[in-house]
Amino acid sequence: MNIQGYLKIPSISIRAFKVWQRNRDVFMKDIKLNFLPPLLEPMLYLIALGFGLGKFVESINGVPYVVFIAPALIAVSVMYASFFECSYGSYVRMYYQKIFDAIVATPLTIDDVIAGELLWGATRSMINASIMVPVIGIFGLIDLKYSLLIIPFAFFGGLLFAAIGMCFAAVTPNIMSINYPVLLFITPMFLFSGTFFPIDVLPLPVQYFATAFLPLTHIVNVIRSLAFGVIDSSLLFGIIWVLIVGSILIVISINLMKRRLVV
Amino acid sequence: MVSAVIAKDLHKYFKDQLAVKNISFSIEEGETFGFLGPNGAGKTTTMRMIQCVSPISRGKLEIMGMDTTKYHREIKSFMGVVPQENNLDGDFTVYENLLVYSRYFDIPRGEADKRIDELLDFVHLLEKRDVMTESLSGGMKRRLVLARALINRPRILILDEPTVGLDPQARHMIWEKLRSLKRQGVTIVITSHYLDEVEKLCDRLVVMDYGKILVQGTPGGVIERFIGSNIIEAENDPAILECLKQKDASYEIMGDIVHIYAANTAEISEYLLMECSFPKITARPATLEDVFLKLTGRRLRE
Ligand SMILES: Nc1ncnc2c1ncn2[C@@H]1O[C@H](COP(=O)(O)OP(=O)(O)OP(=O)(O)O)[C@@H](O)[C@H]1O
Ligand SMILES: [Mg+2]
Repeated sequence: MNIQGYLKIPSISIRAFKVWQRNRDVFMKDIKLNFLPPLLEPMLYLIALGFGLGKFVESINGVPYVVFIAPALIAVSVMYASFFECSYGSYVRMYYQKIFDAIVATPLTIDDVIAGELLWGATRSMINASIMVPVIGIFGLIDLKYSLLIIPFAFFGGLLFAAIGMCFAAVTPNIMSINYPVLLFITPMFLFSGTFFPIDVLPLPVQYFATAFLPLTHIVNVIRSLAFGVIDSSLLFGIIWVLIVGSILIVISINLMKRRLVV
Repeated sequence: MVSAVIAKDLHKYFKDQLAVKNISFSIEEGETFGFLGPNGAGKTTTMRMIQCVSPISRGKLEIMGMDTTKYHREIKSFMGVVPQENNLDGDFTVYENLLVYSRYFDIPRGEADKRIDELLDFVHLLEKRDVMTESLSGGMKRRLVLARALINRPRILILDEPTVGLDPQARHMIWEKLRSLKRQGVTIVITSHYLDEVEKLCDRLVVMDYGKILVQGTPGGVIERFIGSNIIEAENDPAILECLKQKDASYEIMGDIVHIYAANTAEISEYLLMECSFPKITARPATLEDVFLKLTGRRLRE
């Protein structure tokens, strides 16, 4: 496929929502189990890193360490939720459960199916954010004025990582191979995107690299700005970056999946 | 009247491999139409093109007068599909499977509930309504896939080996259901390796091999054309063959038995008994299986 092939605009219909509904219904079956991780995980990190490590790293750029990492934990959760949902999750549904095959025999197209999967992945990110924002809010670690905006933003950040996950699901030869992008891309992002320390302590080339190629950097920036209640131009830049790169990746991921599945 | 399916010079390539080579056929509305052929003949590939899930490589394919390349959503909305491989949604119960599937067709909830009850009754799965699909037996899964294919009240039903792995009771049950659908005017396209099944159900059929159509016709017509109405089976014995050669009879060696094709079975059996004194010969009506083996040979397909 040439470049135009990867950027061909998909024809998505409103029926994509049916796929979203299908995944939601499965999620709701284990609702209690599904709510636990986003509730528990940030607390563990906050206690270990914030209050434990925070004893030694008293503050970063004038803010207490625990306040510095709290928004980053939301950003990381946004990344993990949709990336895993649309990499391992979508791969299992596609390859092992043959769910996509069953759906494309109905009036839905493969474009609709993948769009529905991406929307669902983004929804998972948003669900996680909506649990974490109030929990972290209760600890008094975020400025409540703009923090609720983190929730809708989590949806768009989620779409971006859903699309990244879907691209890997589309090209992976088998499920084990998804471990490589996790190891080489997701884990470095978890560590080097201004999550646990500001990226300006890194060498300049690495900073440029992070800004250009590690989407989590922008998600962390935006969520941190909203959490601190700092509304400025860098916030706008981050949001626009996420929207543009997200849109492009959605288109690419759908075309990659079509290449794999339409035979 | 438009035909339910019209294929003209249809081709399908998988990369460089030509899986369907220039086939043409037409299926009329209300007809039950069979596709036969050995493993790898191209039956599933053809079904998937008719279902609009696999794009055609060359030629023309129209369903109810609509081009498959343009109107796939419309076509799929009035089509029901039983795929060769079961693909039930393992995350859901029997009832939920049908409900979730009904949503893909935009069937309102109340109507869907009504249809689900009817369909579960139709395939005798009412008792399994709230069971997860993994815990169904193979035959129950197959019946559920059939029920799922009927949720949108299809005008065309595509069945790719619907009765594979079913016990005789379940096969008879499915045949009965298919006949009742046929009476309601549903066009049925079926592939199967059970040739008795095809013979019983189909109005017309094609035999495919290596991606090509070898013959088309009614089951009776095809048998008559290639075998004649009856077949005589005798042991494969040099003396018999010698005897048959003298009589100039048409026969074929099938391993340790010889099939003798004849229009007048009585005459030839008498001749064989009198002149050649064979102890063991049997005459029986010719079947599709005889045609199938004659056309596609006895060799296994890898
Ligand atoms: N997705 C695919 N990619 C590449 N080749 C394929 C694909 N699907 C089928 N083929 C090839 O196309 C040919 C026809 O396969 P098809 O599945 O249509 O056969 P079939 O008649 O349904 O056989 P069976 O009776 O075993 O189901 C085979 O040679 C098969 O290997
Ligand atoms: Mg097949």
